[in-house]
Amino acid sequence: MMNFFIERFLGGKQGAVAIGILALLILVIFPLALDLFRLNLVGKYLTFAFAAVGLVLLWGYGGILSLGQGVFFGLGGYAMAMFLKLEASDPESTAIQTTPGIPDFMDWNQLYELPWFWVPFESFTFTLLAILVLPALFAYIIGVAMFKRRVGGVYFAIITQVIAVILTVLIVGQQGFTGGINGITDLRTLNGWDIRTDSAKYILYFINALLLLAVIMISRFVLTSKFGRLLLAMKDKEDRVRFSGYDVSNFKIFIFCLSAVISAIGGAMFTLQVGFMSPSLLGVVPSIEMVIFAAVGGRMSLIGVVYGTLLINFGKTGFSETFPELWLFFMGGLFIAVVMFFPNGLAGIYNKYVSKLAFLQRYLPAIKLPKSKADTQSNASSSASTSDNAAEGAKS
Amino acid sequence: MSTNTDFLLAIEDLTVSFDGFKAVDSLTMYIDKNELRVIIGPNGAGKTTLLDLICGKTKASGGSIQFKNQEITKLVEHQITRVGIGRKFQTPSIYENLTVYQNLEVSYSEGRSVLGSLFFKSTPKLEALIEEVASDIQLTELLDTEAGVLSHGQKQWLEIGMLLMQEPELLMLDEPVAGMSAKERDETAELLNRLCKNRSVIVIEHDMEFVKKIARKVTVLHQGKILAEGAMEKVQADEKVIEVYLGH
Repeated sequence: MMNFFIERFLGGKQGAVAIGILALLILVIFPLALDLFRLNLVGKYLTFAFAAVGLVLLWGYGGILSLGQGVFFGLGGYAMAMFLKLEASDPESTAIQTTPGIPDFMDWNQLYELPWFWVPFESFTFTLLAILVLPALFAYIIGVAMFKRRVGGVYFAIITQVIAVILTVLIVGQQGFTGGINGITDLRTLNGWDIRTDSAKYILYFINALLLLAVIMISRFVLTSKFGRLLLAMKDKEDRVRFSGYDVSNFKIFIFCLSAVISAIGGAMFTLQVGFMSPSLLGVVPSIEMVIFAAVGGRMSLIGVVYGTLLINFGKTGFSETFPELWLFFMGGLFIAVVMFFPNGLAGIYNKYVSKLAFLQRYLPAIKLPKSKADTQSNASSSASTSDNAAEGAKS
Repeated sequence: MSTNTDFLLAIEDLTVSFDGFKAVDSLTMYIDKNELRVIIGPNGAGKTTLLDLICGKTKASGGSIQFKNQEITKLVEHQITRVGIGRKFQTPSIYENLTVYQNLEVSYSEGRSVLGSLFFKSTPKLEALIEEVASDIQLTELLDTEAGVLSHGQKQWLEIGMLLMQEPELLMLDEPVAGMSAKERDETAELLNRLCKNRSVIVIEHDMEFVKKIARKVTVLHQGKILAEGAMEKVQADEKVIEVYLGH
């Protein structure tokens, strides 16, 4: 049983060490080393890591590039924000409005009652379910429409990007129903628990970190199953999989839905930790940023993308404070460089150089033996670089 | 139209046209149980298109294909595979990123749904089948090797092995010895002769030496129609066949 857990949820001994180190970093080292302001920032970054983990499943293994993961991040975030906003808009604190008891932006936009689709979000249970079910349902509809018709590759990427644009325009345009460009702000309590206090921020950070680790483990379970091997097979030879008796579209729809749900959990945690949700988090730019996080971290590595997300976001915060206008160019350049020179991102660099160094050091007295082994490894990787990716990704 | 027959595969009046060009033209052909049939013909005769039609890659414009008396022209690819038809492509189509073992495992006929594959567990029966197939295709030693590094001939065999994992009743092979060495060709011929003991096999092949080694009954296609059908010697002696094909 224990063995099964280590193999399937942690990814073997190597995977267990990697996830252990990540857990140590985000659960112990960050909370001890950073002040609350910085820790809250890290918590915000880690919510983007959910989307990046989803992209490992969808893009890294499934070979399906979605440029609209921000949509699902936003759906999760908005669902949570709607619940919090309704709680913050009780008749007493909104007494000065024309219609007390509805969110302030509705009042400013001459709405006199709560729109029907807002009503269920008064229930916390419904909201939690909606965070998981809404993005899955939306992804399912898109997935059926695309994959059953065998739309894929660049077309799928463009269509998901367009969906991100449409949703942004819709939210911005329907200010009375959605809060418009400003989003949903001024969120205060969750079932009476004030989320703005220091202790709440600590607790939310830890919930977020634990959820991220749980999502990584569930994703690992998916990737170590026959389903995971089928994803790689489909990425390589889709027709062969089809003529082996599989309904390929169902597999694509499932992985798209799963990546959507994972992304949405990140969005909901974003709302809770940062205290607002706005269209600026679900449009084209954030969606592409999520792809960059995954590319830089290593799109075949569930754990690598977490480091990728942290690194880029630290860089963004630090760099954009000093050179705000250069940051976007820098990030674009970094993305191109990674894709061209390090297609497996940080995880690929680690597997290629760092892990090999450690390996050599361990056997330093008997250098001859590992050297020949390292040679055969590099031969294998040069002759089949794509297959190397897969093996490395599965380990890291 | 035949109703209930003993044929494994009954193709009747099958036609497909691409913008008016009939790649397969009112073709009628029957395959028996445990038969090994070789289809030959010049380039553009419609050989590969015929396999595409049977396995569902191309939809027929008219006619019927019955497999074990079940009409399959309306089924989609994975359903046709599931009724028991396996198809090997002209260029080796294997998963380069996976090991030989994983290639075979993924091709197994259980755990084909999303949930089934998520919770799929290897069984002793599967292990035994993989062992058996691997020894058939001479890749036992290479089970843990990534398929991408195999030689061309080994890749061809691996794809045949992947089809065997599906345990099909009809196996269709499109130029299985293309790019193989003479020794590999001989071994492939032996393999095919063994395979057709408990299943039917359709082979498309250009290499006449190879065809002679395996053929019992040959069908010659020309311009989407059957030009001749029968034993190898009879077909080789046929004047029309010599004119369009063998004579070159």
